[in-house]
Amino acid sequence: MFPIRVRDLRFQPNGRPVLDGIDLDIADEGITLVLGPNGAGKSVLLRTLCGLIAPTGGTMDWGGGARPERGVMMVFQHPMMLRSSVLDNVALALKPQGVARQQRHLRAMTILERVGLAHRSTDSARQLSGGEQQRLALARAWLTRPKLLLLDEPTASLDPSATAEVERIVREIRTDGTRILMTTHNLGQATRLGDDVIFMSAGKVREHSPLQRFFARPSSEEARLFIQGELPWRLNF
Amino acid sequence: MPTLSSTFAEAFVLLLAFDERVAEIVWLSLKVSGGAVVLGTLIGLPIGACLAIGRFPGKTTLTVVMNGLMGLPSVVVGVVVYLMLSRSGPFGGFGLLYTPTAMIIAQTLLVIPLMAAIARQVVDDAWQRYAEELQVMRFSWWQSVTTLLHDCRHSLMVAVLAGLGRAMSEVGAVMIVGGNIDRATRVMTTAIALETSKGDLPLAIALGLVLILVILVLNAVAFAMRGWAMRRYG
Ligand SMILES: Nc1ncnc2c1ncn2[C@@H]1O[C@H](COP(=O)(O)OP(=O)(O)OP(=O)(O)O)[C@@H](O)[C@H]1O
Ligand SMILES: [Mg+2]
Repeated sequence: MFPIRVRDLRFQPNGRPVLDGIDLDIADEGITLVLGPNGAGKSVLLRTLCGLIAPTGGTMDWGGGARPERGVMMVFQHPMMLRSSVLDNVALALKPQGVARQQRHLRAMTILERVGLAHRSTDSARQLSGGEQQRLALARAWLTRPKLLLLDEPTASLDPSATAEVERIVREIRTDGTRILMTTHNLGQATRLGDDVIFMSAGKVREHSPLQRFFARPSSEEARLFIQGELPWRLNF
Repeated sequence: MPTLSSTFAEAFVLLLAFDERVAEIVWLSLKVSGGAVVLGTLIGLPIGACLAIGRFPGKTTLTVVMNGLMGLPSVVVGVVVYLMLSRSGPFGGFGLLYTPTAMIIAQTLLVIPLMAAIARQVVDDAWQRYAEELQVMRFSWWQSVTTLLHDCRHSLMVAVLAGLGRAMSEVGAVMIVGGNIDRATRVMTTAIALETSKGDLPLAIALGLVLILVILVLNAVAFAMRGWAMRRYG
């Protein structure tokens, strides 16, 4: 699947450039943070990468294929919770692979332990807190052992301890060998998790650089202002 | 001419005495309508879910037709099934006309559009919320159908009840294909129609009361079940 090469990717519904010629290379390891102001097109980029939005122009090369076959998962800001137990909700992800029900539940239980939800497995998923639902969604995606995992603001509206827990899980998933692309408005989180940063605004990638360089010496004025606006304190590297 | 109150009094006497004729008729009604609703559930709910999820040409037309058929007059269904099952009809060889089976077939056809239309609405709401994630997980459309039907199981009780209400209360279809034969194909509604025309009002009223009671109980049970499910699953 890797390296993923995106060239001049465009999404222009009714002529409005939501993605305005994206060029991107994604190598096979690490966590990439997608940063940028509201409406920059971050979520649309992730949706396009997992095939939910059909681009109106440009090309993608997934290590040979034009589209990803399997192994791409996405976790949304408000994950879907079926009206059933936590365990059922996680095991669901293995249904399309034709894994038998009992086996699904066994494997789901193992992953629930890793996200610290094993003791809630029989509870109704909809009664979990926001942080727990996010962990459930991560477990559901992780269960399929994706090659590429797209996370859209996984910690928006979570408190610091829930955020820390999600960050721990994200790191573990990366260590497990999954390539991660995630958006966040929490720049502290970006510095804790990221290997490199994609900075977007107005449907364009303005900058793609290693994390430390991005925060120490952003190459564009726009990125510099963005960092200042969101990070009033000094970062020391 | 008996007074209204004495008629009601006689009806209650019939009920309290657990009149065998009444019991037989009620039992057949439950069997026929219950059977039709079971079949309607197995056929109508998946049709509704497919209409909600599927993307195919003619989907809108089919949805409009399905919604239109919700109000199909039961006598029309009765006549159509009659033509199919009568001696000269395509299925005449089975000798089903004037049997409970024929009545089940007619009522099944009657409730399918209603149940499918309600199921489509319910499943469509859930699909709006789940579509992207199920797509990302690469659910086939049939896997999506079964997952959503299961997820909406409590709300779909409404469709099942609506089907049961429609089946139990219709006269036209069972009258035509069943023939209202005593001790064979007589159900509550056809009995009520007949007894009223004969002037046996107490029996008609007794049956009417049972009919209302059955429908009220079913609704109460469904209401309680939904309440429980809401508390359990949110
Ligand atoms: N499916 C779609 N079709 C057409 N336009 C869309 C679609 N999805 C999003 N847009 C538009 O694209 C623009 C970028 O949206 P997007 O959600 O990607 O922003 P974002 O960078 O994720 O912002 P935020 O930080 O607020 O999440 C918005 O103006 C939005 O209205
Ligand atoms: Mg977004």
